[in-house]
Amino acid sequence: MDFLNNFQLNSLMFLIPSLFMFCCGVYGFLTRRNMIAMLISLELMLNAVDMNFVVFNRFLCPAQMDGMFFTLFAIAIAAAETAVAIAIIINAYRIAKDIDVKDLTKMKF
Amino acid sequence: MDYSQFLAMKQEIGLLIVFLLVFLYDLFAPRYAVAGTDKKAVKGISMLATVLFAVFTAYGFCCSVTDNAQSVFGGMYSTTPVVATIKNILNIGVLIVLIQSMQWNASEAQATRRAEFYELLFITLFGMYLMISARHFLLFVIGLESASLPLAAMVAFDKNKYESHEAAVKYILTAVFSSAIFMLGLSFVYGLAGSLYFDKIAAAALQDSGLLIVAMAFVMAGIGFKLSLVPFHLWTADVYQGAPTSVTSYLSVISKGATAFAFMVVMVQVFGQFYSDAWEWMLYALIIATITIGNLFAIRQRNMKRFLAFSSVSQAGYIMLGVIGANEMSLAAMMFYILVYIFSNLAAFGVIQAIENKTGLVGMDSYRGLHKTNPRLAFAMMLAMFSLAGIPPFAGFFSKFFIFTGALNQGSVAMYVLVLIALINTIVSLYYYLLVVKAMYIAPEECEIANFKSACSERLALVVTVGGIILLGIVSVVYNSILTMTSSPL
Repeated sequence: MDFLNNFQLNSLMFLIPSLFMFCCGVYGFLTRRNMIAMLISLELMLNAVDMNFVVFNRFLCPAQMDGMFFTLFAIAIAAAETAVAIAIIINAYRIAKDIDVKDLTKMKF
Repeated sequence: MDYSQFLAMKQEIGLLIVFLLVFLYDLFAPRYAVAGTDKKAVKGISMLATVLFAVFTAYGFCCSVTDNAQSVFGGMYSTTPVVATIKNILNIGVLIVLIQSMQWNASEAQATRRAEFYELLFITLFGMYLMISARHFLLFVIGLESASLPLAAMVAFDKNKYESHEAAVKYILTAVFSSAIFMLGLSFVYGLAGSLYFDKIAAAALQDSGLLIVAMAFVMAGIGFKLSLVPFHLWTADVYQGAPTSVTSYLSVISKGATAFAFMVVMVQVFGQFYSDAWEWMLYALIIATITIGNLFAIRQRNMKRFLAFSSVSQAGYIMLGVIGANEMSLAAMMFYILVYIFSNLAAFGVIQAIENKTGLVGMDSYRGLHKTNPRLAFAMMLAMFSLAGIPPFAGFFSKFFIFTGALNQGSVAMYVLVLIALINTIVSLYYYLLVVKAMYIAPEECEIANFKSACSERLALVVTVGGIILLGIVSVVYNSILTMTSSPL
């Protein structure tokens, strides 16, 4: 158990995964052509931001709870965003019978 | 908790009451009084929303005269005479948008969801109020999101039109992407400063670190998206074209004006003088790119809504000159610019909407010879184009003049170069604004659009906006009162 007692958690251990998650989200958003997959990538990005806030709050300034509260609100906002986006995608599907962004080319330049 | 703090949020609460009354009417009024194309239903909800909002606008003006600066909820929310004034300016714009949209709202397609338009619109305006008054990034983000999410639903309002949905998909996906980038930037700012209060971040006086510059760039990118600054402007043209014209006009003036002001508050209060070396140069590059590229793309547009979209991209660049000036005078010039921009752009959209409601045409080529069939509409459009281009004696000239003067007040060589570039671009913009005037007045063809009588509400809105274009510049009281207002702190 000596190892566990000496084991110090470091903020970098959380920040690097969260940044990695964010970059995965950006990559997914740019490469995926299915709107639902793009939406999932966006969720990844938003969740990475939430993690960032919590980590900064816990490790850098634990006296105040700014980061935690921001995260709570950000989660609610992300849920609202998903709801609106899915509603719009369903409507687009009803008209175009497809959710591939390659087909959204009627208006260009 | 001290509940009397809510009394400081007079305008927000007033707007919420308007929203609730419209909502309750929609919910409990008998169906024939809300839905369908019955005359009573059409008049009922539109008149109710517009009249309530007009009363609220008047109330806002009364409040701003008597109120002092107040900061409540631990400094998260603050209201000052300047903030109240920009809210009043936005209210005027929204009132004109509401009057303009009446005719569209009376149409068959709107029969089942007439009231929803007003409800969504009021909630977006509420979000913009929060964004303007926020002095803590949590409230700012909540305002930003509640301003942009219902807007996505409004863009998708034409349920049977394919373009409307394509525009909405493009808008919501890019909006969420940009707000994720924005919040990542915020998380870095939080990590560096340890707080999300504007004044505490400014007081932390952070060292010039690489992370800070990254954070600042992300924050600017997130807000720049809402303002459609180049290179974050790609959604603008598609969304403006696909959305119903009432929503487009709302998006192009109110949303832009509110975000421009909020952007200025963030830049001045948070990043302030401490970091001005970094953000001013970023904004400098953005302004040059925005004005130039917006202008160059506007030249080749043949759809009036798309054309005004690119014109509004370049106008956003001019508004940003007021932010980079960062002094009292350029703040006043920026607010005046937003006011004038509201009137000129809404005049142009009023004409487009009147023609679209009657004939469904939005192409610039259909406007050829318009002055023969509809001389008054052509005249209003001409004045709007002159004002947007900045030809004296119309209001657009004075707003450009003041904003250039405000930027030059800073006195550095770089600023002179920037204003010179903006001036050259004004000449380029004159070319494409005059293309519309040429099509209406000089083109010899017979006009596709037959003579028609526009609705009473559309004429009222056009008279108000044209009156504003002619008078705002000449009646110097308007600019002077804004200038005296801005001498008090933000």
